[in-house]
Amino acid sequence: METRAFQRIYTKIEEITKATCTIRASGVGYEELAMVAGRAAQVVKIIDDRVTLQVFAGTEGIATNAEVVFMGKAPSLKVGEALAGRFFNAYGEPIDGGPKAEGEEREIGGPSVNPVRREQPSELITTGIAGIDLNNTLVTGQKIPFFADPDQPFNQVMAMVAMRAKADKIILGGIGLTNDDYLYFKNVFENAGALHRIVSFVNTTEDPPVERLLVPDMALTAAEYFAVEKNEKVLVLLTDMTLYADALSIVSNRMDQIPSKDSMPGSLYSDLAKLYEKAVQFESGGSITIIAVTTLSGGDITHAIPDNTGYITEGQLFLRRDTEIGKVIVDPFRSLSRLKQLVIGKKTRADHPQVMNAAVRLYADAANARTKLENGFDLTDYDERALEFARAYSERLLAIDVNIDTEKMLEIGWELFARYFSQAEVGMKQELMDKYWKAD
Amino acid sequence: MKDTAQHTKGKVSGIIANLVIVQVDGPVAQNEICFIRHSDTPLMAEVIKVLGDKAYVQVFESTRGLQPGMEVDFAGHMLEATLGPGILSKNYDGLMHDLNTMTGVFLKRGEYTAAFDTEKKWGFTPLAQAGEKVTAGSWLGEVRENSIPHKIMVPFKLEGQYTLQSLAGPGEYPVTETIAILTDSRGQEIPVSMMQQWPVKRAVKAYQGKPRPFKLLETGVRTIDTLNPIVEGGTGFIPGPFGSGKTVMQQAISKQAEADIVVVAACGERANEVVDLFTEFPELDDPWTGRKLMERTTIIANTSNMPVAAREASVYTAMAIAEYYRSMGLKVLLLADSTSRWAQALREMSNRMEELPGPDAFPMDLPAIISNFYSRAGIVYLNNGQTGSITFIGTVSPAGGNLKEPVTESTKKVARCFYALSQQRADSKRYPAIDPIESYSKYLEYPELQKTLNEKIAPNWINLVEQLKNILLRGKEAAEQINILGDDGVSIDTHLVFWKAEAVDEIILQQDAFDPVDARTPIRRQKYMADKILEVTGTNLSFDSYEEVNPYFKRVIATLKQMNYSEFESEGFRQYEEELRQILEERKTG
Ligand SMILES: Nc1ncnc2c1ncn2[C@@H]1O[C@H](COP(=O)(O)OP(=O)(O)OP(=O)(O)O)[C@@H](O)[C@H]1O
Ligand SMILES: [Mg+2]
Repeated sequence: METRAFQRIYTKIEEITKATCTIRASGVGYEELAMVAGRAAQVVKIIDDRVTLQVFAGTEGIATNAEVVFMGKAPSLKVGEALAGRFFNAYGEPIDGGPKAEGEEREIGGPSVNPVRREQPSELITTGIAGIDLNNTLVTGQKIPFFADPDQPFNQVMAMVAMRAKADKIILGGIGLTNDDYLYFKNVFENAGALHRIVSFVNTTEDPPVERLLVPDMALTAAEYFAVEKNEKVLVLLTDMTLYADALSIVSNRMDQIPSKDSMPGSLYSDLAKLYEKAVQFESGGSITIIAVTTLSGGDITHAIPDNTGYITEGQLFLRRDTEIGKVIVDPFRSLSRLKQLVIGKKTRADHPQVMNAAVRLYADAANARTKLENGFDLTDYDERALEFARAYSERLLAIDVNIDTEKMLEIGWELFARYFSQAEVGMKQELMDKYWKAD
Repeated sequence: MKDTAQHTKGKVSGIIANLVIVQVDGPVAQNEICFIRHSDTPLMAEVIKVLGDKAYVQVFESTRGLQPGMEVDFAGHMLEATLGPGILSKNYDGLMHDLNTMTGVFLKRGEYTAAFDTEKKWGFTPLAQAGEKVTAGSWLGEVRENSIPHKIMVPFKLEGQYTLQSLAGPGEYPVTETIAILTDSRGQEIPVSMMQQWPVKRAVKAYQGKPRPFKLLETGVRTIDTLNPIVEGGTGFIPGPFGSGKTVMQQAISKQAEADIVVVAACGERANEVVDLFTEFPELDDPWTGRKLMERTTIIANTSNMPVAAREASVYTAMAIAEYYRSMGLKVLLLADSTSRWAQALREMSNRMEELPGPDAFPMDLPAIISNFYSRAGIVYLNNGQTGSITFIGTVSPAGGNLKEPVTESTKKVARCFYALSQQRADSKRYPAIDPIESYSKYLEYPELQKTLNEKIAPNWINLVEQLKNILLRGKEAAEQINILGDDGVSIDTHLVFWKAEAVDEIILQQDAFDPVDARTPIRRQKYMADKILEVTGTNLSFDSYEEVNPYFKRVIATLKQMNYSEFESEGFRQYEEELRQILEERKTG
C-alpha cells in the first residue's frame, strides 16, 4: 500500500501485545487504516491521544520505534469489472500474479440496506440436489450455512452447488482455507470454464489468522458492487466461518474484553449478523445470496459459533453419511431452509410442500423403526415398509450425487409413497392424493 | 431533568466501538440524549454513565471516522417518542424515524426522519367541553386514523390538574396546530396540539387502576387459545432454540389476534422477516374487521445489522407507542422478537464500560430491567372509566437452546404465559412446536378468566381443557412405557392411551401456519374440534391385537386432519365428519 506525502508518521510505540500496539497520535479517526512497519492495522480504541491499533499480521518483530502511518480512511477495496476472474488476499491485493485491480475505491463494512428498500426473496435457486431443492429449497437473497464436521466434504458440495446455481457472479471468501482446498476451488472454477464470473478473496492456513477478519467484508463489498451497480445475481461462498469467529475471539481476548460463552466475545451475534445480513434481494433484480460453512467440533451445535449462526441465518444444511446406502446425503431432519415457503408450491408444483413433509415424516418413522430394531424389539409390517421406503428415498432422492429437476423429484416421491404405503398412511390433503397418487 | 434553556456542550475524548467518552462543560443527566457532530452530520447518542466531567454515551450509529475533539451538543431531554395521529401503518427504525421517507437504498448515518407527516390535516371532533377539569391522558377530541378512533389527549407529561379553557371546534387541523388551551392552578396557559413527546423509558401512568386480566385474547392458534390462553392485558413469552418456530408463531399471532392495534418490534432479528411483514400486511385482511392488516399495525425494525444501541431503544419505543394507544381505550397487542437481542445489546455496553458482570456476562440488573419492562403491559381502567390493554408477548432466544440462562430465567419470573418451543417437536415437524406439557398459562387458574371463558365458549369449557391436557399427559407416559417395554410388552390399552394422545396432538396442537384454512381457527371452531376429539377419545373401541391399533388410528387422524383443512361446516367438512363416524362405528363397543 502506498503512503501519501501529507501523512504524518509516528515512531514511538508505547505498548505492544500479540495483536495490538498503542501509540500517541492526534487527528486519527475510529476504524482508520494504518501501516505499522509496513503491516496493515486498524484503529480499534481511542482514549484521548492514545490510539490502539489491531495489527492484522500480528506484532511479531515490531519494534517500539517502528514507523506508524495513518491512511486517513477505513480499509477499502477498489471495485469494478476488473475484479472478475481474479484471486486476491485478505487486503484485496492480487495473489494470482496479475496486476492490481483498478476501480472505484469503497470502504469495506459499509452501511446496511434500509429494510423497506429490500424485496422479499422469491427467486428459486436450483441445484439438482433433492436434499436441497426438494426439502430445503434455496432462494436468492438467502443466507444459509452448511453445519459440517471437519472431515465432511463440505467444500466439494459447496463448489458443486455454486457451479449449478445460475449465478452471474460467484465470490469466494476463503477464510483459513487449506492450500489444497484453495487449489481445489481454483481447479473446479477453471474446469467449469467459469473463471470469468468468479472473484476470490483467500486467506489460507499459512496466512496470519487475524487477517481473516477482512475476508468476508472484502467479499461482500465486491458482492454489493455487482449486485447494486450491475444488478447481478451474486452468490457469496464463505468458508470456514468458524475460523472467522476464532479470529474475533483472539482479538477480543487480547483487548481484555470479558468473554461470554465458549470464550467468544459478547458481541459475536452482532459481528456475525453484520456479515450475514448483507444477503439481500434488491428491487432492481440484483441479489446477494450467502452460502457459508460453519465447522462444528464434535458435532456440537450448541457451541456459541454454530448457535449464534443458527439464530442469524435462514436455516442450515447438515451433511451426513447414510450408512444404509454408503453415500453422503443432506440430512432431512436437521436441515432447514427458512425461505423455502416463499417459493415451494408457488414457483414449484402445488404438491411440493406436502410431498416434502410427508416424505420426511415417513423417513422419521423409519428412523424410529431402526431404533426399535437396535433395541431388540420386533418390527411391525408398517415398520418394515417404512425401512424399505427410507432406503429407496435415500438412494433415489437424497444422495448428493443425484442430479434431477424438482418435478422429477416429486414424481419419484409419489412413486415411492404408492409403492410402500396406503393413502391413509401418507395422510396428505385428499385433493392432492386424488390428483397425483400413482395407482399400480 | 435539568434546565433546558442552556444546553451543555462537550468534546469527544475516547471511542471504543459504539461507546464514546465525552468531556463535558456543564451538567448532564443520565439517559440524556446528545448529538456528536461528525462533519456536518449529527450522530445521536445516549448518556449511560457519568464519571466526573466525563459522560459515557452509547452512539445509535456506526462510530467509524469519529475523532477526539469532535463537538457534542446535549439535548436536555431523554430519548423520546413523538406521539400523535399518523403512527399506524408506519415502519420505523428503533428510534422512531420513518424508514419509508429516508432516501436511498442504504441507511445513512444521521438521517433522522420525522415520525409522521406534520402537514397532513386530520378531521377533528371535540369530545370535551371548555371548563372541564382534565389531567394527563384526558380525552379532548378524536380523529379517524385508518378508521380507528384516535383520541387526542392531554399530554402525558403534564402533571396535576388543569382546566380546559378552550377547545377547537370540529374541523381539519394539522398535528402542530393548537387545538386546546389548558390553565393550571396558577392561571398559567398551556397550549396543546395533537402531538406530544414522551420519554420512552418511563411508563405512562395516566390511568386509575390495573385489575387482573380476565378476558381471553383470541389468537386463532389452537394450542394457545384452547390449552394455554393468553388474555387481554396479559404477558407471555416464547423461548426456543433457533429454528423452532418463534417468529412464525409471533407472526401468526400478529395477523390473527383479536386486537385493535398491533405493534411489532423486530429487535435484532433478520431483515428478511420484517420484509415479510412489509410485503404481506398491506395485502392481508384483518380477520376481525376485514380491513387490511397494515391499517392496525406499526412496525419497529431494528434488524440485527442495524446499530446495537438502537436495539435497546426499539423495544421501549414500541412500548411507548403501545401505551399511547392503550390510553385511548384500545386493545393493543405488543410483540417483540427477540428480547434476547435486547439483553445482548445491554451486555455489549456493560462489557465495554467494564462493569462487574453478572451470570453469563449479562449486566447485574438484567432481571430488574426485564421485570420493569413486562410490568408496563396490562389492562387498565382509564381515568374516564374506559378500559384499555397492552398484551405483551416476547420471544427469547436462549444460548444453545438451554433454558437455564439469565434472560429465560428472568423472563419466566414475570411473564404469566410460558410457551416453550421444543427442539424435538420442531425436528419432527410437529408445528407449532409448543411443548404442551411444559407450557402453561397462569391465567387459566384465575377464577375471573375461568368465568368469562365458560360464558364465552361453553359452560364446561375449563373442564374440557383439563381433559385434553390429561390425555396428553397420559399419552406421554404410555409412549415412555412402549419405548421401554416394546410394542408387545404393553397392553392394548396402553397403545390406545398413546394413540388418543396422538390424535389430540395431531388435530388440536399441530397447525399449519401456512395453510389458508388451518392457519387460523376461530374459537367456535376450536370448541367444535375439542368436542369432536373428546368424542373420539371417549368412544370405547375394541381391538384383537395391538397391531390393529396403529393403522386404525392413522385413519382416524387422517380423516380429522382433512376436517382441519376444510372450511368449517362446509360440505367437505361434513363429509369427512361422516367418514369419521363410520370409521368409529367399525370398532365401537358398548
Ligand atoms: N406453525 C408452523 N407451520 C409450518 N412450519 C413452521 C411452523 N412454525 C415454524 N415452521 C418452520 O420452521 C422454520 C423456523 O421457524 P422460525 O423462523 O419461526 O424459527 P425461530 O424460532 O424464530 O428461529 P430463530 O430463533 O432462528 O429466529 C420456519 O421457516 C418454518 O419452515
Ligand atoms: Mg425468529
